[in-house]
Amino acid sequence: MVAIHIVDRRLNPGSKSLENRQRFLRRAKALVQQAVKKTSHDRDIKDVLEGGEVSIPLDGMDEPRFRREGGTRDMILPGNKKFIEGDILPRSGGSGGKAGGAGEGDSEDAFRFVLSREEFVDLFLDDLELPDLAKRKLAEVESEGIRRAGYATSGSPANISISRTVSRAMARRVALRRPKPEEIAALEAELLICGDEARRAELLAEIETLKAKAKRIPFIDPIDIRYRRFETTPKPIAQAVMFCLMDVSGSMTEHMKDLAKRFYTLLYVFLKRRYRHVEIVFIRHTDRAEEVDEDTFFHGPASGGTLVSSALQEMHEIVRSRFRPADWNIYAAQASDGDNSTSDGEVAGRLLTEKILPVSQFFAYLEVGQDAGLTFEMPDSSLWTLYERLRLAGAPLSMRKVCERSEIFPVFHDLFQRRVRQERAP
Amino acid sequence: MTGERLFQGADWDFPTLQRIHDACEEIAESELGLNVYPNQIEVITAEQMLDAYCSVGMPLFYKHWSFGKHFAYQQASYRKGLMGLAYEIVINSSPCISYLMEENTATMQTLVIAHAAFGHNHFFKNNYLFKQWTDADGILDYLEFAKTYVAQCEERHGRLAVEQTLDAAHALMSHGINRYPGKKLPDLRVEEKRAQYRRQHEESVFNDLWRTIPTGPVKSVATLSADRRRALLGLPQENILYFLEKTAPRLAPWQRELLRIVRHIAQYFYPQSQTKVMNEGTATYVHYRIMNRLHLQGQLSDGNFLEFLSSHTNVVFQPDFDSKYFSGFNPYALGFAMMQDIERIVTNPEDEDREWFPDIAGKGDTMGVLRDVWANYRDESFISQFLSPRLMRHFRMFHLHDDPAETAGIRVDAIHDERGYRRVRRALSRSYDVGFIDANIEVVDVDLAGDRHLMLRHTVLNGAQLNDTDAKRVLQHLADLWTYNVSLVEVDATGKVLKEYVANPRGLAAVA
Repeated sequence: MVAIHIVDRRLNPGSKSLENRQRFLRRAKALVQQAVKKTSHDRDIKDVLEGGEVSIPLDGMDEPRFRREGGTRDMILPGNKKFIEGDILPRSGGSGGKAGGAGEGDSEDAFRFVLSREEFVDLFLDDLELPDLAKRKLAEVESEGIRRAGYATSGSPANISISRTVSRAMARRVALRRPKPEEIAALEAELLICGDEARRAELLAEIETLKAKAKRIPFIDPIDIRYRRFETTPKPIAQAVMFCLMDVSGSMTEHMKDLAKRFYTLLYVFLKRRYRHVEIVFIRHTDRAEEVDEDTFFHGPASGGTLVSSALQEMHEIVRSRFRPADWNIYAAQASDGDNSTSDGEVAGRLLTEKILPVSQFFAYLEVGQDAGLTFEMPDSSLWTLYERLRLAGAPLSMRKVCERSEIFPVFHDLFQRRVRQERAP
Repeated sequence: MTGERLFQGADWDFPTLQRIHDACEEIAESELGLNVYPNQIEVITAEQMLDAYCSVGMPLFYKHWSFGKHFAYQQASYRKGLMGLAYEIVINSSPCISYLMEENTATMQTLVIAHAAFGHNHFFKNNYLFKQWTDADGILDYLEFAKTYVAQCEERHGRLAVEQTLDAAHALMSHGINRYPGKKLPDLRVEEKRAQYRRQHEESVFNDLWRTIPTGPVKSVATLSADRRRALLGLPQENILYFLEKTAPRLAPWQRELLRIVRHIAQYFYPQSQTKVMNEGTATYVHYRIMNRLHLQGQLSDGNFLEFLSSHTNVVFQPDFDSKYFSGFNPYALGFAMMQDIERIVTNPEDEDREWFPDIAGKGDTMGVLRDVWANYRDESFISQFLSPRLMRHFRMFHLHDDPAETAGIRVDAIHDERGYRRVRRALSRSYDVGFIDANIEVVDVDLAGDRHLMLRHTVLNGAQLNDTDAKRVLQHLADLWTYNVSLVEVDATGKVLKEYVANPRGLAAVA
């Protein structure tokens, strides 16, 4: 019989390759980052969070070996049907099998693999940071697993701390002078060779005492046993709400909405990474504002004039009724083509400075323009002029103009990049 | 007859595995006469199987980005369903570790235990190549040492420096193998102790004073003749990693140790690449025999046996050359067919077999013959000795000769007929000969007293030259380790130089 062990490894920690994988990602970081940005261009808001497959060129990631190629080759193949010795097969497709040594490691091929959600978002938002994370309110308490908390005298056997137990037992044995087995053994050895009767009796008595004492003082006593103590730690979580305001009046084209959507996507992903709970409120407005769901927000038809103040008023209402500024971090992003009825400017400005900005962590205004550089030469829109004035007067507003898809990421990056002092200027 | 069923249906638990193992062992020992390492069977999940794939199947391995790359690649294709996972992985170690996937049905677990824990295990323990080149007792400890050592190096010398050294060593891995056995059998435990001892010794004799002692004017070096110089360096040397480890002028001791680790690991895998057909053939033959016996004894129900037959048939399927599934000979199919063929020749030979295999034809003792074959051959010699005309006809093998100089096309050189048997067999056997598969590259000369220019030679065989891009990259790695210029010439059989590569070392400031 040969000995056999059956081991259940299924419960062993998995992802042994995780570290290798991270090394690989680190090495390919620049390439992967590029690929991630490219991939995220054509995804929906929430899909971006799901990670996904990216493809990178294998530059610098190759593992070269000496490989031979060309020359005369001899092959033995199975499945001859009609060939006889001396036949000449034309080269195109004649050999049937694949030619050349195209393998997994071929350096020309793009390398495709799947990034996990975390990896994707990490690379995506690398080196960005949120302004004003200060408002952390213990809104909801969630237990965040367990952590070590010293030792306890009771617990489950699985949690026995052997080192602690043994060292306590040793201390107790030393303190109570428990006779060592060697001492007894030495005495017994002496007893064996001892001829003197009196000495023998003495030795016997001594051995007896020592043995009795060793019995009284156990090697490990229940009082020595210590258990590792764990306690659950409640961890405060901060929550955020993100307001998406968009002008959906007739002057907003699909292209503009698309730009806005991309910006919201990024903002959502970014907030989601910082806060466990992120709520999104979509407010669209023409000359009146309404809260809608995401689909209606981006795709629902609407027409009418433009009154920015209506959206700001709506946001203010919602904040007042549902999101107490003390409990929520409030972020808002407004997208518009810049049109606003002239009479509305005053109201909107007042609403913004007096009601909205004081409670918001961050308010971004994104002016979306037509494709191509047409808007470049145009004079500032009425809304831009208004916000610019407010900004110069000291209101904490971030504003950018965007005309093309490719600008979205740079603009976003620019708004949130890590900086020493938070200054808000385009 | 032990009529008791080992299990019912597809479910299994650990006692079932134990029963399966014991039943297989009974047959393996009494009927097949196998001699195996103690078995250790480990049940793992699909995710862990993927993990194992990426560290070349070993349970522990040092960390390197290239394994992560393979992991990413394999994970992607696994998720897309492009790739199934193996049912098992088996490691040539003592005890012999077999990984079984938890998703396997009870029948599959039986198949896999018979296949890996007895078939492969016996082969590992008895084949001469494995005996000569691998140290099954020491490998796991050595890998543990390698892992810790690499991690320590990273701590001491920085991750980048270690990574660069390993990258370079990996590029040369296929040329870090001793092909001719030395006097000593490999002993990885001793290897590990020696590495420790070397380090301790260096530390104990370190004395900074030596650095400050002025050296006199350089003594005139006795000019050695080129031949003598080469002989002293043991040139020509085809084990490039070994040469670098011993001779490279400016490597730090830890870098030499890393080269050594990579070299040992390459050596450990060397027999496996030479015995794919035999190894799989042995294991498949063993599982086939064991499963049949279990079924005969009523320990396996008819349903389970059909399930086994279905997956067995898939495993030994050999697509024809013009099938879209064709990708060369399936080692399972060829190996299994040859083992069965030997069984036929031994027990029930025809006249043709008596003529071709006088030694074994009709000998009667199937297992005796097979065990001898399993112990003393590798793929190349196995095929050139035991591929029978009948099997060539069965596979309808034919030999193509592709000469680029021949414009008309590819010539059919031989087919499965009287005139062709020997040529087909020789050509097939040659295609498993490492001597023909790997490029023959040797270190031929270096003048250590002069400009230290390292010269390599690739002896081109059949006009197959090195892939240009890869050769340049490997050579660059080599130059980085050597730290002086390196050149490689490609020479054909007549001595004519076909191509020359030169690489200059990049500044490895991080390493120095």
